[in-house]
Amino acid sequence: MSDYQLDARRTLCPMPVIKTQNRVNELQPGDTLEVTCTDPGALSDIPAWCRINGHHIISTQEKDGEVIINIRVGADD
Amino acid sequence: MSTPRKAVALISGGLDSLLAARLMLEQGIHVEGINFFTGFCVEGHTHAIRKRDSQKVKRNNALWSAEQLGIKLHIVDIIDEYKDVVINPKHGYGANMNPCLDCKIFMVGKAKEWMEAHGFDFIITGEVIGQRPMSQRKDLLPVVVRESGADDLLLRPLCAKNLAPTLPEREGWVDREKLLAFHGRNRKPQMALAQEFGFEDYASPAGGCCFLTDKIYSRKLVDLWQARDKKEYELDDIMLLKVGRHLRPQPHYKLIVSREDGENKFLHGYRNQFPTLEIKSHNGPLTLVDGVLSDADLQQAARVAARFSQGREAESVTVKFTPLIGEATLLDVSPMPAAEIKQEWHV
Repeated sequence: MSDYQLDARRTLCPMPVIKTQNRVNELQPGDTLEVTCTDPGALSDIPAWCRINGHHIISTQEKDGEVIINIRVGADD
Repeated sequence: MSTPRKAVALISGGLDSLLAARLMLEQGIHVEGINFFTGFCVEGHTHAIRKRDSQKVKRNNALWSAEQLGIKLHIVDIIDEYKDVVINPKHGYGANMNPCLDCKIFMVGKAKEWMEAHGFDFIITGEVIGQRPMSQRKDLLPVVVRESGADDLLLRPLCAKNLAPTLPEREGWVDREKLLAFHGRNRKPQMALAQEFGFEDYASPAGGCCFLTDKIYSRKLVDLWQARDKKEYELDDIMLLKVGRHLRPQPHYKLIVSREDGENKFLHGYRNQFPTLEIKSHNGPLTLVDGVLSDADLQQAARVAARFSQGREAESVTVKFTPLIGEATLLDVSPMPAAEIKQEWHV
C-alpha cells in the first residue's frame, strides 16, 4: 500500500504526468505514491518522467481499463 | 572547479529543441527542460483515442527528448493563462487560429519566470531564423526577445551566429564559435546534426506541435465561439474538438458523434456533462449533444445519430436520449439518408 494516492483518471496525457509531477514535488524522498489513470499513454509517460527525474517505478499494472502506477520518490539532487 | 552555468531549454518534443539543448550540453552547461501544456498540444495519446491509430507508438515527444538528452524535464500546465494568448493575440493569427508569435513571446516569458525562480542563468530555444513564417522571421525574433522580457538572456544555439551576441556569449559562459548559423526552411542541416549526435526516431521535422495550426481544428474552434457568441473555452471544450465527427444541424445545437470504439469510450466520460444519444437497436456511436433541443430538434438529432449506426439502412432505429436532468426517453426514428445531411452541417 502506497503512502499516498493520486486520482488522474479521465485526463489525457500529459495531464496525468503533470498531476504526478506536482504531487511528487510535495512529497519527501522515499515516500510512495500510487497513481491511477485511464489514459493508457500514462503507462509509458509516467515511467519516462520518473526515469528522467530520478524517481523509481515500483510497479505498473493495467486492470479494468485503468492503469495503476506505484512510484517511490527519489532523493533530491 | 567552477559550478556550471545553468540553462532552461524550451523542449517542444521536436528536433530543433533537442539539438539546441544538446549543443549546450556539449559545452558543459547544466540544462533542464521545460515543456508547456496549453491544451492544444498535439500528443500521440489524443490520436490513440482512435482505435485505428492505436498501433502507433505511444510516447510524449518532450519526455522522449529529455530522456535522449539525459536531462530533467518540467512540464508546466499553462492552460488557463494561455487562454488570453489564443483569444486576444496582440500580433494576430497565422494561417489558421495559431497565434504563433504571441505564443512564443508568452512561453519565453514563462521560461524566464521559471529561470528566475529556480536560479538558472539563461534560456535556450530551438528557433531558427526564417524557418517558420510567423514566429521565426528575422524581423520578429527581436520582438520575442523584447516582449518576453528575456532580453539578452535568450540564446538560440542553432542560429546564434546570425544574431547579435547574447549575455551568455559575451560573458564566455558559452563559446559562440561552437554555436551555429542555421537559417531558412531547409531541414537538412538539422537532420545531419541529428545523425552526428546519434539521434534516431525523433519526431517528424515537418510535424506541427499545435492543433491551432490545423485548418479543420481551427474551424471547429471558431464555430464554438460563434455558437456561444463569445470567445472563451474550457479544457474539455478544446479536447472535444479533437474527437469525433462534429455536426451542427441547427445554429443552437451541435452533435459530437464518435467514429469508433476508442472515441466511444472517450465520449462516455462526458455523459454527465452533455445530453447523449445512444443507439439501442443496433450497434452505433455515442453522440453528445451540445445545446438545448426542442422536440423537433430531438427528432432531427436522433435521425442524424441513427445515420451513423449499423441501422442506417433500417426502416427504424431505436435511440435513447438521456438529458442532463430528467428521465431518459426512447425514440424510434428513421435514419436520416446521407443526402439529407447537409455538407454545411459538418463543422
